[in-house]
Amino acid sequence: MTVIATESLSKRFPRVTALDRLSLDIGPGVTGLVGSNGAGKSTLIKILLGLSPATEGRAAVLGLDVATEGAAIRERVGYMPEHDCLPPDVSATEFVVHMARMSGLPPTAARERTADTLRHVGLYEERYRPIGGYSTGMKQRVKLAQALVHDPKLVLLDEPTNGLDPVGRDEMLGLIRRVHTDFGISVLVTSHLLGELERTCDHVVVIDGGALLRSSSTSDFTQITTTLAVEVTDSDTHPDGTDALRRALTGAGVKLVGHDGLDAAGLPGAGHILLVEATGEETYDVVRDSVAGLGLGLIRMEQRRHHIAEVFRTEEAPRAAVAATAGAGQQKGSGRDEH
Amino acid sequence: MSTETGTVAGNDTSRIHNIGYRSYDGVRLGRAYARRSLYSQTLRGSFGLGRSAKSKVLPMLLCGVMCLVSLILVAVAIATPGMTKLPIKYTDFAIYLQAVIGLFIASQAPQAVSRDLRFKSVPLYFSRPIERVDYVLAKFAAMTSALLILTGLPLVILFVGALLAKFDFADQAKGFGQGMVSVALLSVLFAGLGLVVAALTPRRGFGVAAVIAVLTITYGAVSTVQAIAWQTDSAGAITWLGLFSPITLIDGVQTAFLGATSAFPGGDGPGAAAGVVYLLVVLALVAGSYAVLMRRYRRVGL
Repeated sequence: MTVIATESLSKRFPRVTALDRLSLDIGPGVTGLVGSNGAGKSTLIKILLGLSPATEGRAAVLGLDVATEGAAIRERVGYMPEHDCLPPDVSATEFVVHMARMSGLPPTAARERTADTLRHVGLYEERYRPIGGYSTGMKQRVKLAQALVHDPKLVLLDEPTNGLDPVGRDEMLGLIRRVHTDFGISVLVTSHLLGELERTCDHVVVIDGGALLRSSSTSDFTQITTTLAVEVTDSDTHPDGTDALRRALTGAGVKLVGHDGLDAAGLPGAGHILLVEATGEETYDVVRDSVAGLGLGLIRMEQRRHHIAEVFRTEEAPRAAVAATAGAGQQKGSGRDEH
Repeated sequence: MSTETGTVAGNDTSRIHNIGYRSYDGVRLGRAYARRSLYSQTLRGSFGLGRSAKSKVLPMLLCGVMCLVSLILVAVAIATPGMTKLPIKYTDFAIYLQAVIGLFIASQAPQAVSRDLRFKSVPLYFSRPIERVDYVLAKFAAMTSALLILTGLPLVILFVGALLAKFDFADQAKGFGQGMVSVALLSVLFAGLGLVVAALTPRRGFGVAAVIAVLTITYGAVSTVQAIAWQTDSAGAITWLGLFSPITLIDGVQTAFLGATSAFPGGDGPGAAAGVVYLLVVLALVAGSYAVLMRRYRRVGL
């Protein structure tokens, strides 16, 4: 089943081309849409909601044509905008009830669904207080709740982690994951951070300059791009734990990234962080076993967050191959057309 | 995970039921229902209902003033022996209390439209089944209804009072009918102008000030120039000057067609021919307001 399908979709404004012959085929699940600012993410969302006509090409959402069945699409789809969109003087409950009614839910159902949805996104007693006093994280939850309140088949989330601190970011990503796994709602989530989407999404689509750069399932992605940042403690037997682990890992045949696995400029605490190239699930096991074998404490083992720019810089060769097979890529290194 | 606690009958322990996510299989009432909901939410909101206690104060106070004045008039009519009709005409009421009506539209039009613009909630509406035309129509109709309640309620009180005082029914019913038509026209016109001004200024404070300015400055200017015209014996100009402010427009229309006594200097409002021009200007302003609002929301969509 296809949730979103576009076929050489283009959107041109007098001075810029926002989308350039974009062909996508997105199935159910959580799909990440990654692109730098101005890559065409928001334009794509507008077209998918049937609010902005495409210059050429076709698009369908849940099997409905965006050009002719926009209203039917908007009844079945939820949308969470990137920017602030909440009035400060009403409570989350009142606001979400109103939005549920705007989606066509009868009054009683609107109230019930609002209570359910706010609880699912993690808002409890505070939902009766005016939104003006909420933290950024709580506001993002209200924004998510209004997109989910009418039980859509698909939600479009525009930069849902914007402005959140690392903890809030992780909570939001976990919530997004649950929207699919627990609620059975497909998700299209945009971000300019590839790393955070890798962990949340089943499928990642990278667009740049309005054209498809890459579209693949996250497992494919992980094979190629994942770098693990590993930090360990020192112990009496291994005064330099980091160095001991490096030797152990190299001995175990694990590839390290950068100069001896140390990326001086990359992360805080550089010099104590090993960057390990993860080739699959087994790499995690090797790291775990090596650390345990040396008797060191594992401070952290996390996937490094890639900025989209890193994909452009380091992924040239595999990307060109993927793009060519996807039949939609005309772009080379700079991500621009060359004809 | 959601949890729900329920006490099992007959013993003190509570049980936690994990009911998980429930999908919604009920009816979806669609666009027309959403439009009606937006209408009623805006209408209730203009009287502060469903909003904070603070925001109820001003609209309720203004509505109270309108009703109080009409109650006093009724009391006077009933208490004074030998009266055969109300102290004022139904059509005069809104003209006398125009400042109250002006304050009401100035305070409530911005709350109806500026909030959604300022806090950027508009995209949330347009990502739902309703469209621009539904949004504009719902807001326009709600504001008109709010004004109609504000201006019509005192007339109803006057009419009921007149009947209690046993004034001539046919006479009173005719005057009441004319008054209601007049305030209906006034409501549409003021709602249109108020919403346009408010929709162009996302900041609520500016919106309030701008609406008051549009209503009072035009009225002040028109009545001043009319007074000068009256003093200088150019009575012909008075008629046409009335076209340039909302309240004198209504005055002109009701003088020409609804048996009102004009508040223009000399009490000499437009005749039937000039009255048609007045009516056309009113209708053009209403249509123009609608067009401007539609244009405005095309630009602030998603």
